[in-house]
Amino acid sequence: MSVGGGAHPTLQAGAEEYEPVFAGKTLERLNETLARYPTKQAALLPALWLVQQARGWISDRNMAEVAEVVGLTPAYVKGVVTFYTMYHQHPVGRHFVQVCTTSPCNLCGAEGVMHAFLQATGAQEPGATSPDGKWTVIEVECLGACGFATPVLIDDDFIESVTPDKVPELVKRYK
Amino acid sequence: MGYPQKPHPKETVVLSKHFGDAEARSYKGWVKRGGYAALEQALALEPTKIIDVVKESGLRGRGGAGFPTGLKWSFMPKEKKRPHYLCVNADESEPGTFKDREIMRWTPHALLEGTAIAAHAIQAEVAYIYIRGEFTEPLTVMEKALVEANAAGVFGQIKIHLHRGAGAYICGEETALMNSIEGKRGNPRIKPPFPAAAGLFGMPTTINNVETLAAVPHILKNGAAWYKGLSLSSPKSTGTKLFSVCGHVQQPGNFEVTMGFPLKDLLYDLCGGMRPGRTLKACIPGGSSVPILNREETESCLLDYEGVVEKGSMLGSGGVIVLDDSADMVYQIMRLARFYAHESCAQCTQCREGTAWTTKILERILAGQGKAADLDLLLDLSENMTGKTICVLSDSCAAPVVSGIKKFKNEFEAYITGKKLPVIAA
Repeated sequence: MSVGGGAHPTLQAGAEEYEPVFAGKTLERLNETLARYPTKQAALLPALWLVQQARGWISDRNMAEVAEVVGLTPAYVKGVVTFYTMYHQHPVGRHFVQVCTTSPCNLCGAEGVMHAFLQATGAQEPGATSPDGKWTVIEVECLGACGFATPVLIDDDFIESVTPDKVPELVKRYK
Repeated sequence: MGYPQKPHPKETVVLSKHFGDAEARSYKGWVKRGGYAALEQALALEPTKIIDVVKESGLRGRGGAGFPTGLKWSFMPKEKKRPHYLCVNADESEPGTFKDREIMRWTPHALLEGTAIAAHAIQAEVAYIYIRGEFTEPLTVMEKALVEANAAGVFGQIKIHLHRGAGAYICGEETALMNSIEGKRGNPRIKPPFPAAAGLFGMPTTINNVETLAAVPHILKNGAAWYKGLSLSSPKSTGTKLFSVCGHVQQPGNFEVTMGFPLKDLLYDLCGGMRPGRTLKACIPGGSSVPILNREETESCLLDYEGVVEKGSMLGSGGVIVLDDSADMVYQIMRLARFYAHESCAQCTQCREGTAWTTKILERILAGQGKAADLDLLLDLSENMTGKTICVLSDSCAAPVVSGIKKFKNEFEAYITGKKLPVIAA
């Protein structure tokens, strides 16, 4: 399906299979977002979030579509995507785990929590996805909940005070 | 851990009074607790009047720099010729700091109220609250509160929008935050021009921290003299401050005390002291970007802007990281350096190269491959990383390294001489 109206060359090449993200409800939300700012470009970060929420990650094709809707080049959009660590440039597991291992959490045993997640999910190593495609586990820098070490983000669930012994039970809660 | 928790008798609860009180999160609950009265009062006042009261109160920015809030507001053009903007810095990412998160989770309307008052004071019609991407729960709570407050029509002509970050510590730097809202990479800008002259979208802009703005309604309601009276030591540091304490204490968490409160009492009384059988070794009093204090300095430090400087560090954001005698200083400093290397925006050479090499040298020392000259090399690097870049991320990486080598040199030397076995693989 074509994105329509003056599509960028990268969209036209092989455009036959591309399903635009910005349609229906997502397009409505984009338009609401655009209305909040005096420039189209300011909607770039929110637009990228909408893509990631809809598709799970942000492909080069998605970036080209975003570029189109906010009036930038795909290269510029890629430059922004690569700056921010929370945008996935590759597919990740069905559940995405972020374990804080910065100093305050490190002092309280965060490395053990990280190890426990890799074991319990079968993801084996940081950044890798478990063979069943269910889990990706990464180490992240400061999640901003240092007094409740170790904080972990599983998808959008922010979980405080995780210790290695709590990890297997926590992992079981996610289908 | 977490809330509800009873405040300690030595705390002075102003901002944290309703932490743990789920009803205070709703618009109705907030109004029932006296909320939005200060905003109503403010909207009827001339903007300059509000600025005068805040100036008089002595309120200083709670994000780290401690710049007088009223003075900052007064830099905005008096005669409005172009749109004015207010940005709220809710990109709390400084390791050791987790106070703004609690303000947004428990008292979202306190932030919205303070935001609207500040916007009125600087004649801004639009305010953007920039919330870090990882704060999923505070974002949800704030979204709900904003919908309720808008429905009640309390903000008058002022529009408040939430803007979600996407994982970049540097976006807590004010000009990087503006770039991020504009849809750009979060690179800090060269100053001048300062935000009050050319900020967000090139227009006059003020940026304030969450805790700073949450204090504003209380100041308007109770008066500048009341706020000024909340000070135990220096007249230049007024009001209450939320201190986030983490690391090796029995009871970590957020504690609100008046400025000038002894750090020793915070650690030993409010936080229950060290773990059994452990003693205090070091403390980073203002978030990870400030110099490390040793035990003697920590136990004699008063918590206000001047008191912490007197001990050779800074009050910063009030994120207190506590390390007991079990902590490996070299490892923890390496871990902090790695944080800064990861978060450097890489615009400035001193920062991009400096944070990366500092981390590599520290890793080399921890792997048992350190050289006798490495400590001088680290100090030399740190000197070249201090005061030479667009923003202070580079300086922040150097601070724990320089103070760490100065105060805990024997721990570095133990790895270099082989007295201590390597703890990481080469």
